[in-house]
Formats: sequence, C-alpha cells, structure tokens
Amino acid sequence: MVTQIKTVKELPREELFAPGHRLCAGCGVPVLVRMVLKAIPNAVIVNATGCLEVATTIFPYTSWRVPWVHNAFENAAATAAGIEAAFRILEKKRGIKRPKVVAFGGDGGTFDIGIQALSGALERGHDMLYICYDNEAYMNTGIQRSGATPRGAATTTSPAGKVIPGKLERKKNLIEIAVAHGIKYAATLNPAYPVDMYNKIVKAASVEGPTLLHYFCPCPTGWRSDVDKSIEIARLAVLTRVWPLYENDNGVYRITVPVKTPRPVEEYLKMQGRFRHLLAPENKWLLDQLKQDIEENWNRLLKLVELSQKSS
Amino acid sequence: MSSLLSWRDLGIGCVISEPGNSVQYKTGDWRAHRPVIDQTKCIKCLLCWVYCPEPAITRHNDDRVEINYDYCKGCGICANECPVKAIKMVSEGV
Repeated sequence: MVTQIKTVKELPREELFAPGHRLCAGCGVPVLVRMVLKAIPNAVIVNATGCLEVATTIFPYTSWRVPWVHNAFENAAATAAGIEAAFRILEKKRGIKRPKVVAFGGDGGTFDIGIQALSGALERGHDMLYICYDNEAYMNTGIQRSGATPRGAATTTSPAGKVIPGKLERKKNLIEIAVAHGIKYAATLNPAYPVDMYNKIVKAASVEGPTLLHYFCPCPTGWRSDVDKSIEIARLAVLTRVWPLYENDNGVYRITVPVKTPRPVEEYLKMQGRFRHLLAPENKWLLDQLKQDIEENWNRLLKLVELSQKSS
Repeated sequence: MSSLLSWRDLGIGCVISEPGNSVQYKTGDWRAHRPVIDQTKCIKCLLCWVYCPEPAITRHNDDRVEINYDYCKGCGICANECPVKAIKMVSEGV
C-alpha cells in the first residue's frame, strides 16, 4: 500500500530541486518538480526540450540534485524507455536496484512533437512515469499555439484580431490518448491542490509499468496574467471545471476533487490576457463554444466515471 | 563564473558534475517587490513553502518559515496565497 498524505505538513522536507534556476517569476513548473522529487527521491529524470530543461540547466549550472538527462525535443519518452531497459539489464546481471525513471515534457513536447515516442513507450510497457506540464502553448520559443492550446486563446500564431479571435480549434485530450494504450494509471494534477498532487505522484510511481500525469502549469508570461495570481488561476481552473481533477486507476475513472456547482468561466478567463478578447460582445460565439467544450468534457467524464465504476 | 573556460578545461560532453550548483547563481536581484512575513500572524500552515516556485522559502524544524532573499524573484504568490495575510509585498529600494 502506498503512503498517502492528508495535509501539507506531512510532505518531506528534503529539497532535491535547487533555487537559482532561470524560470520566470510566478512559473508553475517548479511547484510540480519540487513535489515530484519529494514523492520520488530516487528518480532519474529525462527532460524533453522546453522551458524546464532550458531554464534549469544553463551551463555551467544545474538545479537538479538527482540524475538528469536531456536528449531532444521529440524523444523524452524514448530516452526514458531506453534508460529503463538499461536499468533492467543492470538489475538482472548485477542485482542493482532499479530507480524510477521519470520523464518531463511540456505540452509541445508531449501533445505534438513527442506524441509518437510517448505512444511507443506506453505501448511497449516500460516501467516509467511520464509527466506533461501543460502551459497550453510553446512558451519557451515565444508563445506559439500547440495541440494543447484551448479554444479561444490568443498566441503569437493564433493572435486575436480582426481575422480570427484566437485559436479556433479544440484542445486534445491527453489522458484519453494515454488511457487508450491500456496503461494502469493516468491522472490530472493542479498546483493549487498539493495534497492531491502528491498522492497521485506517489500512486503513479508505485505502479509497475507506464503511467502518465497531466499537470496544469500556470504561465504568467504566455498567459499575460499577473505573476502573483498563478496559483489563484490554477484553483479557478478546477472550480470552473476547465481543469477537472480526476484519475484513471486500472481502467476505473474517479473524480478526486468534485465540483458540485461550478464558478462562471468568465472569472477564470478575465484574469488572463490571452482570453480577454473573448469577453467582447462580438466574440461571444467563440466564448459559447469554449463553454460548450468545458461542459461536454465534464459530462463525458461523469459518464466515464459511471460506466467504468459499474463495470469494475 | 569569473572568467570563461577554454575547451581544455571543460569535461567531456560538458557534463555538469556538481548537483544543484545553480545555488551559486543568485536570482534575488530580479525582484521589484520583497515579501515580508509577519511572524506573529503566521499560523505555520506551510502553504507559502509549498507554492514557492524557487524554492526560496525555508521550512525550519518547528515549521516556522523564512524567506531567502538571495533567490526570491518577488513573484508574490506567497503573499497572495497566505490565508491569514501574514505576508506583505514591500517595494524594493524605497
């Protein structure tokens, strides 16, 4: 049985992620990384290209106090798979205890560029944990739209103006893509719910086989939001049902933070410059579409919960 | 680093052999506003420690928290999230 915590007081004190990194003030990634290294202190980290990789390892410095490797943008999952296979051989031949291999990828490195490598690694069943920190665009290269950018968001390649009012397409559903591979555990994370986040990381790490976590990563630079409001925005994302917190444990869906009456989506949108244009009357049609996405997503989740719990 | 190294001085593959040596790089000078904790109001809930992205908040053995101004970038998440408003953001250089 995995040790689950009830309050933040029970979190381990040890800090395996060092300060002095060059991530922006108010960035959401380090909150995740600190939590992962507290939950899995024996981790070997594989990092896809992205903000986290660039800003924490500016030569000749590193913020990591655990083994860390960067390979390329597209192959974090493949690199993690290879490392895991190598550790398996070492265990077999020399009896060396295997550490947990953890891969970090941004939404660009996961949803778009790395999806093939990720799919392959999940299918081959490597014992690894893949974590996608999703800030909903290519923030590191200058806020270009990605497959994870939600409908209506303005980015530098989907700018809101006279021609289009931000991105017109829907966001991909990463958890369902992962679950379709038949993996044993997948869950969403949010920095405003640290106890929930820690418990899910511990649970994912305890599973033998591939697991995936999807993290809501506030980005003040790309979202045009106030730096001190990152956690508040993250909390609102849950309370407005924009980012439902749920898990899929052995095929059974479960909502971990139930939201009985959602707050109006506008509360979440108005805190971010990337959505500000949606509140203008001429863009109401797109706002309605976004609201419909959120509602459909939530209702689908409820159905999946009901269906999977009934059949388990 | 005081001076640039030549290729002879660098390790193979430029591997960084010292874990967590970014502590030598002080990011405190990014800050425009400084968080100040009122210890008499603090209820030791540790939320600031959890949410700090640096980490620039030290958790002492008795769960007292202290801000490390060498690294704090002054984002203000701690002040915004403090449930008892024990942290205030004060302008630097005034």
